[in-house]
Amino acid sequence: MTVAHKPRTGGPAADRRSTLPPESAHGRPRAGRRRTITALTPWLFLAAPLTLLLMFTFLPVADMIGYSFTDWDGISPSRSFVGGENYTDLVTRPARFEVFLVSGFYLVASFLQIAIALYFATVLSFNTRFRNLFKGLLFFPYLINGVAVGFVFLYFFQPDGTLDTLLRLVGAEGEHLWLGNPDLANPSLAGVSVWRFMGLNMVLFLGAIQSIPPHLYEAAELDGANRWQQFRHIIAPGIKPIISLSFILAVSGSLAVFEIPYIMTGGANGTETFVIQTVKLAFQFDKVGLASASAVVLLLLILLVTWVQRRLFPEERVELS
Amino acid sequence: MTTDMSAPARRRVSAGRSVPAATAVVLKYLSLLVAAAVVLVPLIVVLLTSLKTESEVASSGPLSLPGDWFNFANYATAIEQGAMLRAFGNTTLILVISTAGTVLIGSMTAYAIDRFQFRLKKLVMSLFLLATLVPSVTTQVATFQVIDDLGAFNSRWAPILLYTGTDIVSIYIFLQFIRSIPVSLDEAARIDGANSWTIYRKIILPMLRPAIATVVIVKGIAIYNDFYVPFLYMPDPELGTISTALFRFKGPFGAHWETISAGTIVVIVPTLIVFLALQRFIYSGFAAGSTK
Repeated sequence: MTVAHKPRTGGPAADRRSTLPPESAHGRPRAGRRRTITALTPWLFLAAPLTLLLMFTFLPVADMIGYSFTDWDGISPSRSFVGGENYTDLVTRPARFEVFLVSGFYLVASFLQIAIALYFATVLSFNTRFRNLFKGLLFFPYLINGVAVGFVFLYFFQPDGTLDTLLRLVGAEGEHLWLGNPDLANPSLAGVSVWRFMGLNMVLFLGAIQSIPPHLYEAAELDGANRWQQFRHIIAPGIKPIISLSFILAVSGSLAVFEIPYIMTGGANGTETFVIQTVKLAFQFDKVGLASASAVVLLLLILLVTWVQRRLFPEERVELS
Repeated sequence: MTTDMSAPARRRVSAGRSVPAATAVVLKYLSLLVAAAVVLVPLIVVLLTSLKTESEVASSGPLSLPGDWFNFANYATAIEQGAMLRAFGNTTLILVISTAGTVLIGSMTAYAIDRFQFRLKKLVMSLFLLATLVPSVTTQVATFQVIDDLGAFNSRWAPILLYTGTDIVSIYIFLQFIRSIPVSLDEAARIDGANSWTIYRKIILPMLRPAIATVVIVKGIAIYNDFYVPFLYMPDPELGTISTALFRFKGPFGAHWETISAGTIVVIVPTLIVFLALQRFIYSGFAAGSTK
């Protein structure tokens, strides 16, 4: 490393001396100082970014691990070391695990979302009338403010509201507590999540499909391949990296769901997610120690998922970075 | 070109079985129309509700049309009582400073990492890489204490610092782009006597313009829509942003869906305008941002 960089730092300095002969009189001391300055320059550019990185990413992670072994309430100056008590508390109380079941709803929903996105990306990659209009319409929900999405669907799911009225039009009678009935609440919220995020998946898939060389389809069509065969043998392999990335993001995303359920139900009726639980523990019940332990668990889970992905699809990371 | 070549070929292939092919086309457009309706109906219902009077909302179904299409009274209530102008001001201020900060931080990091050889470079790069693995939702419990210790809690500095300081994706976008700027430009400027700061400011930053546009769009939309950070760090209603101000509609306007709907539409309209104006950049920007 050091060996490699020395000739390069020497390079510009040597250039300068040859292009500016008058300076060569005091060349020796100046060159020495210049070398220190050159070695410092990247650090001057990195000073602010690194400070922020350490302060807002690495310091919190370290602090969080530290807090997780204490009984700190977040306010009092004193805190005592409790060892692994917070972790045993997390593991032994089954109620704390219900949040993972909730994540399951979002996970299933995001697989559905990927399938829908794949379908529409394929459809829109072929010749379709009003293609850009449909693409824009299906993508737009992703751009909408999360609180606005929450309110739109709070209204949509009102008892005797939009959804019930629409269902009545097709013959299904009755009022449903879409968000109040614990059996319906999680599927409803997960449905909102599909509504909101499907468009992003679709646009990503569509971009990948469009980067497949068009002559492949032409050749396939000349060989008499139908749409399904084109999808199966040209499109699917061509966009495999982005599909596998979407699956990984789906897993870590469904562990970290917060906004939609917090805005719409506040975590009531069995819709509490891991992040809602953590936020409540830390900021409502002042159990910073316990909340930290639970956040450490979440972090480890997400790191595990990412590690599995790197293991399963090592080549894709190289391509994307 | 592509269509010209493939159209006759497709016709030849499908000629033998035109009935199933026609069915497929019908199904394709039907599925697109259904999806468009699924997207639009919830939004249109809210738009309709925002134009209704209180008694109309109470007496008629959600799908009924408003009596007066130009009844903007709910909008006035929402904007005034919901303090939405102040919220727009706060969001704009935070958005402008944080986006500028992100561009500076990201481009400086990319410049230092791509254009210099220095000791510990590998370590610095792996620190940034490692940071991409830590989702910020997981660390808020402890980040909160850091912000609090800095005295930034309940001030606009909290979101500004967090938006500027935790955006690793932007750094990667810049890093990827800066590699395509020829090093010979830097070297030519250096021979002319420019120092590193001048090179960064006069050559690198202007050449990074497309990457800056991407970062500004993606970041701008993310900040406009963010709820978590302002909700957690700025409980003071005076400091409400678009998201938190709208969220506060939940209490006082309780069952006043006409006012909540108006507030919701007020929040969505700027997004729609930006989307229509910058569509192409938005698609490519999010494609670049999400695959990192």
